[in-house]
Parts: sequence; C-alpha cells; structure tokens
Amino acid sequence: MSRTLLDPSSERTAPHRERLARPTQLSGQVVGLLDISKPRGDVYLDRLEELLVAAGAKVLRYKKPTFTKPAPVDLRHEIATQCTLVIEALAD
Amino acid sequence: MTLPNAPTLPDGLVVVVKRDCETCRMVAPLLPQFARVVYTQDDPGFPTTEAVHDSDLAISWHHDIETVPTVLRVANGVEVERTVGWVRDQWVAITGIESLGADLPPFRPGCGSLSVDPDRVDRLRALFSGHALTSRRIELADLEDEMELLFERGFTDGLPVVPPTEERVLRMLQGTTRAPDDVVAVVAPDLVEVTVEKVAINAVMAGCKPEYLPWVLAALEAVCTDAFNIHGVLATTMPVGPVIVCNGPGTRAIGMNSEGNALGQGNRANLTIGRAVQLIVRNVGGGRPGEVDRATHGNPGKISFCFAEREHDSPLTSLAVSRGFQPTQNTVTVFAGEGPRCIVDQKVRTAPELANVFAACLRTLHSPKLVLAFDAILVIGPEHAHVLAADGWSRERLLEELHARLQVPGSELVHGALGIADGVPAHLRDVTLPKFRPDGILVVHAGGGAGLFSAMIGGWANGEMGSQPVTKEVLP
Repeated sequence: MSRTLLDPSSERTAPHRERLARPTQLSGQVVGLLDISKPRGDVYLDRLEELLVAAGAKVLRYKKPTFTKPAPVDLRHEIATQCTLVIEALAD
Repeated sequence: MTLPNAPTLPDGLVVVVKRDCETCRMVAPLLPQFARVVYTQDDPGFPTTEAVHDSDLAISWHHDIETVPTVLRVANGVEVERTVGWVRDQWVAITGIESLGADLPPFRPGCGSLSVDPDRVDRLRALFSGHALTSRRIELADLEDEMELLFERGFTDGLPVVPPTEERVLRMLQGTTRAPDDVVAVVAPDLVEVTVEKVAINAVMAGCKPEYLPWVLAALEAVCTDAFNIHGVLATTMPVGPVIVCNGPGTRAIGMNSEGNALGQGNRANLTIGRAVQLIVRNVGGGRPGEVDRATHGNPGKISFCFAEREHDSPLTSLAVSRGFQPTQNTVTVFAGEGPRCIVDQKVRTAPELANVFAACLRTLHSPKLVLAFDAILVIGPEHAHVLAADGWSRERLLEELHARLQVPGSELVHGALGIADGVPAHLRDVTLPKFRPDGILVVHAGGGAGLFSAMIGGWANGEMGSQPVTKEVLP
C-alpha cells in the first residue's frame, strides 16, 4: 500500500499579515463599531461609543445585515478604508 | 479507445496474450503467420522468446486491453481495428488469411486481461493516472502510523478515517463523470472552492464507495448554497448540522437504509455520505468545533445524519415529489437540523388522533413559547402512516390538519406567560400565531415496520436570515 496520502484540506497557506502597531492613545483614532445584528449588541456598542468619544476618538457605526452570514465584502472594504481601528460586537 | 499518452504500438498486426489463458494457448501456433509483435502479460517466454513482455502492463493499460487474446491493427501509430477472444471469422477478416485456424472451433471466448484484474487495477490506475490528481502529497515516514498522522493533522471528526491514498481516490473518482478539477462549490467558512478531487479525497476518508460520490457531490452543492447557509449553521450556538434526506430509486441501488434504524447506525451509505459532507466542511471549508463552529452542545448527528425516505410502500407522496421533483429522479434535500426526538402513540387508530399527538409534540419544538422561528422534519413511521392511509389522509391533508392544530393564542406566548421569560412581545397577547410558517413542516416516511412511533427533527433559524431546506438532483 502506498505510503503517500493526498491532502484533504484546502491547502491554503494562511496569508501572513503584520499586525498594526498598538495605538498609544485613543485620541485622534477613527474607531469603527460593527454591530453584527444580534439582540442587545447595540446596548454594548452604545456604551463603548460613549467611552471612546470621551477619550477623544471619532466613532463610526456599521451594521452587518445578519449575524448568521459573513459581512458583505463592500462593508468590509468600507470599514477598512474609513477606520484606523475596528471593534466587532457580539451579543446575547 | 486508445488512452492519451499511450506507449506507441508498431504498425501492422499486434496481439496481446497471457499463458494463463486456454484460448491464448490454442491460438498461439497461428500468431507467427501474421503478428508483427506479440505482447505477453505473464510468462516472458510465451508463446516464444520473441514475445515482448508487458511486465508493468503499460501497453495493456494504455491500450485499454480488457480481454486476451486481443488482435489490434495499427496504422501510422493509431489503432484502426481490433478483435477480442477467438472468433475465426473476425481473425480471418483482420488478417486476410482465409485458411487461418481452419481446424479450430469457430468461437472461443477469451480471458480477462491482467490489466483489469481487480487485484491489480487500483495500483495500475495510480501508476498510470496518478498525475491527474493535483492535491498536495503527504509523505509518510516508514515508522509513521498513517491513522495517527490523520488525527494529528486535524483531518478527522474524532473517529478514524480511511487513509486517502492515490489508489483509493482514483477508484472513488470512477463514481462520477465529472473531471477531478471541476469546481463543485465554494465552502464556508473559509469560502474555498472545492474540486471534485477534494470531495473524492474526503469521501474516501469518510468510508464511501464510489457509487455514493454523486450523492456526496449533490449534498455538498446543496449545503453550500446561500439559501442553506452552512456558514450560519456551523457558527450558531444551536445544536444543528446538515440533515440529508435522500429520495429516488438510486437510494435502493446504493443500498441506503430507509427502514428499521434508518436514522441510526449500521448502514454504510447512510453514514458515510453524511460524514463525507461534514469532513469537507471541516477540512476544506475550515469549519471546526471551537473555532467557527460555536455550538453550545452540538449533537451526534453532526458526525453524520443522512437517511433515505421509505418510498416503496409509502401511502404519502415523497418529500422530493412534494418539492417539485419526479419520483424517478434521485435527489438530496438538506435541512439544518438537530437530533431526532421520538413521538409515541401506541394506541392511536385514527388520523385525527394521530394529528393531535403530532401537533402536541411539535408545539413544544425548541420551546413551547417560540413560534414561527423554526422548521421541522416530521419522520412518520410506517405504522403511523398506516393509520393515516386507513382514513384516506394524504400528505397535504395531514399538513392542513397539523397547521390548524398549531395555532397558538398570544396569551400563551407573550413574555412571562406560563412562567417562562422567553416569548413574543406583550402587544401580541390578543392575536393567534402559528407555530410554523406555511411550508415549515417537512414530512418524510421512514422507519421499520414495527412500532407506532414517529420522529421529529427540529430546525435552526428559518427564512432568509437563517437556513432554508434545499433540494438538489443527484447527477452522475
């Protein structure tokens, strides 16, 4: 019997992406808050927005059409081009 | 038909024989009269030492020799004519020698070529067609245990898998007419294109036979639709996975179980078709428990949950026919479901009584306080189906009666009613709400002949924001 097997996986090499440097301050940052459309996620994000604005950040709000599906590519692009930081909220 | 990249044959008449064939031995004395070359599959000295030994069977494989003796006429390197076995008239025609074998009987069948010997064919296919497979090779060290390697690399669902060798994958691919590089679907959550070859690899690992492969392909196409939404089904904290219901004459042809223990263990086709789909979601799509799969509990059906509808003696139209397909078509219907739950009524003798117990059990699906959010499969056992048939109830009548019994007063559903927090907003207190949306109950006939039982399989969030049942035809 062969001692060679075939790879059942996607064979995707995870693209290596350097993390951005951690911001030293929130003041002046543009923070995207992404609501995934689960109940009460907005409660959490509303409070985060208050804290971030108080710390001098500019906040932009985004919302996925549904938590059950990945964010549409256009929304991902919008966040990536408009924000310096993003926070995605879970809920429940 | 001559296969591509076949080793070239010399022009003229060539013959392929083996000593271990009585007909070959009978015609051997005739060959010097016309044969340009004689290829021998087994004994290098048969019929004479001038024969060319097809030791690796490359000639036989590439020229699609299924029977010995075979006589081929070759012109300009291309086969133009062949005859197999001994048929005197045909040998006379191909050689042009009128007196050829005049003292032999007019007909003798040949023997099987070594190149199609079941013990050799998988190795030969890998040797001569292995290059058609493009997946990355995993080389094993001599002392490595292949079963343990597959566990260590995270390729299993927690149970051992069949190691996917070239031989096994090429044999699996015989089960479909589709090319190995044909893209079947884009698999969530990593949104990766999956080819027929990758499906075949995972089908081997799941334990499938080649004849199951078209069913795996159809089920995979179905779960990877936007309507079924495998991403959400995988990522949810609810205990659901793809439940695959198979319909059509092909279910019996491949030996699926629709009768006793149809939802349980013991049938290779049922178990491995469902398992192959889940292995592909795991290995190609990247959907693994603890990662994107966030199920709070999960359920054992997430290893495999696949069964056939018992159509041959069902008094009801089948699920596939109710969804617009013909009884002659083979189909898979995928449903995002949890494990089955038994519905018991051993005293029931009339269809209205049976509808009452079905409705009472379905009413509690996921929570007696939740309505409209979830679909269900109702698997009706044969003895319960007899009760419906005796009263002349069709599938449509049953569904009509069930929906009528599943209209729930808002006062029982609002937040806090029955002492249960969950429920609908208070302003719906005075309206009546249906437990299920109009097409939210899927009826299937399955199970063993004894037992006044049925089963219900609860679904996940339905509709466009969740998962819709999807039916696909199984094609060769």
